[in-house]
Amino acid sequence: MTKDRNSLIAWLQAGPMMLVFSAFFLLPLVFVTIVSAWDYNEYEMLPALSFRGYTDTFEGCIAQLPDLCTILKTYAKTVKLCFLTWAITLTIGFTIAYFLAFHVRSKTWQIVLSLLCTIPFWTSNVIRMVAWVPLLGRNGLVNQGLIDLGLIKVPLEWLLFSEFSVVLAFVHLFTFFMVVPIFNSMIRIDPKLIEAAYDAGATGFQTLVNIIIPLAKPGIVIGSIFVITIVMGDFVTIGVMGGQQIASAGKIIETRLNALQFPAAAANAVILLGITIVIISALTRLVDIRKEL
Amino acid sequence: MISKATLELVSVTKRFGSTIAVDGIDLKIPSGSYCCLLGPSGCGKTSTLRMIAGHESVTSGDILVGANNVTDLPPAGRNTAMMFQSYALFPHLSVLDNVAFALKMRGVEKDERHTEARKLLALVDMQAYEQRLPAQLSGGQQQRVALARALITKPQILLLDEPLSALDPFLRLRMRAELKRLQRELGITFIHVTHGQDEAMALADLVVLMNAGKIEQQGSPRDIFNHPKTEFVAKFIGGHAVIRAGDETLAVRNDRLILNAPSAGVSGDFIAGTITEVEYQGTFIRVSIAGEGGTDLAAELSETDFDQTGYGVGDRVFVTWNAANAHALGAHPFATVSTAGAA
Repeated sequence: MTKDRNSLIAWLQAGPMMLVFSAFFLLPLVFVTIVSAWDYNEYEMLPALSFRGYTDTFEGCIAQLPDLCTILKTYAKTVKLCFLTWAITLTIGFTIAYFLAFHVRSKTWQIVLSLLCTIPFWTSNVIRMVAWVPLLGRNGLVNQGLIDLGLIKVPLEWLLFSEFSVVLAFVHLFTFFMVVPIFNSMIRIDPKLIEAAYDAGATGFQTLVNIIIPLAKPGIVIGSIFVITIVMGDFVTIGVMGGQQIASAGKIIETRLNALQFPAAAANAVILLGITIVIISALTRLVDIRKEL
Repeated sequence: MISKATLELVSVTKRFGSTIAVDGIDLKIPSGSYCCLLGPSGCGKTSTLRMIAGHESVTSGDILVGANNVTDLPPAGRNTAMMFQSYALFPHLSVLDNVAFALKMRGVEKDERHTEARKLLALVDMQAYEQRLPAQLSGGQQQRVALARALITKPQILLLDEPLSALDPFLRLRMRAELKRLQRELGITFIHVTHGQDEAMALADLVVLMNAGKIEQQGSPRDIFNHPKTEFVAKFIGGHAVIRAGDETLAVRNDRLILNAPSAGVSGDFIAGTITEVEYQGTFIRVSIAGEGGTDLAAELSETDFDQTGYGVGDRVFVTWNAANAHALGAHPFATVSTAGAA
């Protein structure tokens, strides 16, 4: 009797979140998946099962193997950019979080410096990206500086509208998403544990590998999920910083949407979702395996 | 199996900014002894322990282990190991890996270090739990694991920072006996920080009572209890009546106080007072007395003695003591027989 009541209360408590989650996440996802299987012509989608969105996307890809077709190259490039961004934001983010958590002793300074990290977020994404242009352009500050120093004779072309500038902008935009969750799990580490490791003869590096990284793992995984999901689906940053010259998974979807080919766009969205889920589950698996060692 | 070394502190001082936590203490702890650093919180006992461990730098002075000056060595180079107050077990490692941690840091192979760790788990009777995580253990079990982890490096000196404070009273008594047994079996020095005088009394070969960064008195528990040098010692160690007689302060053990009926007549010094409470304690009876001069006393009488008198709450009594049982405190340490008045 009371057990039934308790479980009813539990359901009621979870209810609002379930409703919001279903209405704004599960339902749209189901629609996208359904639409991805529909047929379409030049100007409208046709509600009939056809999987044309998928077949059109990969048209000729199998015939072309072992060479990669455009679409596979695009996905490969997206994954590569994502990996680079992830590796760099993780390194920088971990370092900043480590500094904040273990070297900055006072709570006040920790808060002040964390807020300092948020300053880039006071302006919009686009402004932060565009701000790189006068810096990295052919006649930009960096090139001018290098020429004036006599280090180079001709301006470097790869600074702007290149993969370099795209990754740079990603790192600039998203490192903070790594810092916050990692910092959050680091400040929960009891300083006594580090002392205990020191007492057992661990060097600083051994403490980092054996104690701090394993205990900061939840933060690392959460930060990685933030960065990977954002970068995998991005088309704005890649567009602006890549000078509209670099294709990405996100841009494929955008292009299809602009062409009103909703089933094709939905099909690519489902593929992207699949890839992202695979990457993230591989990541969590990797980290869990490390824990077992 | 384990070599032994004396620990010596030579005018060791610790300053935090302008405050002095430890003020030039000299201390010699013989090898293989159980030493308790005792004192109220903030007396400098934990700072002293942490300096011995190497977790706190020494402002001035030297720390010697045997013939080695270890003042500036890292913790792992001192032949000491520390057991932390809240045990500080690594939450992500199994019991076995926690114990084997120090050996892993030294690059000992997995099989070898696990074999060694199992030996220590057997020593503290925790073999059955080797695959558990610390969060799956009770407080007493965590403490055993922490002990095993500290002992795996075969230290000459084990440092224990309030090891029993996190346990409930029943478990505290059991672990206390266990610590003493381990120390005896291993034959190494234990230095145990505590604020509980009963703990120090029960365990220590050498009690070092600290106050305000200085050593107030050191000696065997019996020596300290029977010959407290200062008022602070007498009050902290408990079980003493601190009595002002003329310009002297005396300490008399509560169980050496004598109660006299006013009609009996007393000679020499005495304190007149009224009994406010009589508590039966099993092995003795505590009689609380509100002294007329403002001194409150708590005389402890044996059941037989108490029964002979038949005192009750509200009775007026004269409290006296034997001169031989009164110790002058303060500026005249060990002045046991001087002016203690009555006979």
